[in-house]
Amino acid sequence: MSSQEHVVVIYPHPDDESFGAAGTIASYREKGIPVTYLCGTLGEMGRNMGNPVFANRETLSSFRKQELLKACKALDVDVRMLGYRDKTLEFEQMDQVAGHIQSILEEINPTLVITHYPGYAVHPDHNALGAAVIEAVSNIKDSQRPELWVQAIATNYEKDLGEPHIRHDVKPYWDKKMAAIETHLSQASGMMSLIKEKPDFNENEELEHLRYERFYRWNFTD
Amino acid sequence: MEAIVKEKVQQVIDQLAEKEVYVHLETTNGAYASHFDENAYNVGAFIRNAKVKYEHGKIVGTGGAYRVGLKLNLGWVYAEGVTDYEVDDQGRLLMAGHDREGRLMVALQISEKPFSHESVAQS
Repeated sequence: MSSQEHVVVIYPHPDDESFGAAGTIASYREKGIPVTYLCGTLGEMGRNMGNPVFANRETLSSFRKQELLKACKALDVDVRMLGYRDKTLEFEQMDQVAGHIQSILEEINPTLVITHYPGYAVHPDHNALGAAVIEAVSNIKDSQRPELWVQAIATNYEKDLGEPHIRHDVKPYWDKKMAAIETHLSQASGMMSLIKEKPDFNENEELEHLRYERFYRWNFTD
Repeated sequence: MEAIVKEKVQQVIDQLAEKEVYVHLETTNGAYASHFDENAYNVGAFIRNAKVKYEHGKIVGTGGAYRVGLKLNLGWVYAEGVTDYEVDDQGRLLMAGHDREGRLMVALQISEKPFSHESVAQS
């Protein structure tokens, strides 16, 4: 592991970083630790087109790319787009995707990598990219290998996996997280109206999901 | 996109008939359907850049939601639930059906050139 702290977040879609890890990211940035977001796709096949609708299937990727850049500016993180296609990651050759990610990680030399928990991340792109990231990080030699945190979002995942090792209450970074989510205008309008209807943490289950960012520490000796 | 005007869409369908065209056809209820509702099913299909030539095509329906059928030499292209359309700056006919929250449920798009998204790796 390198001595210079650097966090790399790897998710497949523009907005995964804001919903899933914005508070965690903000806490590292506050400490001056650099964060890089590797975004797998541009979410080209997303179903949300804005509400009211302003995008179509052909323009959505351009909107989402701009939203991604704004979110990363709001969170003060570097971003790299990996160039895969939304919904198709699980059909790529996994060793190629893993090799691609490994080469970027070896260049950045991070101390911590964050991704989805394969099998517990609901969206097939989440599961596929999470698996590729685990393979990539596993293949980095011991002395350079960063810590790896994986995020589960499936219903009742704790039944199988036990309590997450890391549970960040991101309330101190709430405004930052909301600002990041709001940049994803084409995707977030549903969630934002849910939040505005019920802004009380105690009454709104969705807010609880957003407030606590939970991760499992991956054990490479298994 | 705007609400479908049947006559206008029919006119574009006619213009693109008997030509080699590329079709994007898609339906989806989202990758989270069974996550948000355990009784729901995740169902979706898409085909992007199918190269076809249709003899003729029709848009049919009333009440704001339409069906479109394109008759091929050996088969059909069909979409139901199309509500909105646009002829974009590249002359492509984009049609889609959206739910009350503006989410895409079905899309049928016809173009004389292959469809491409901006999706290039930056490293």
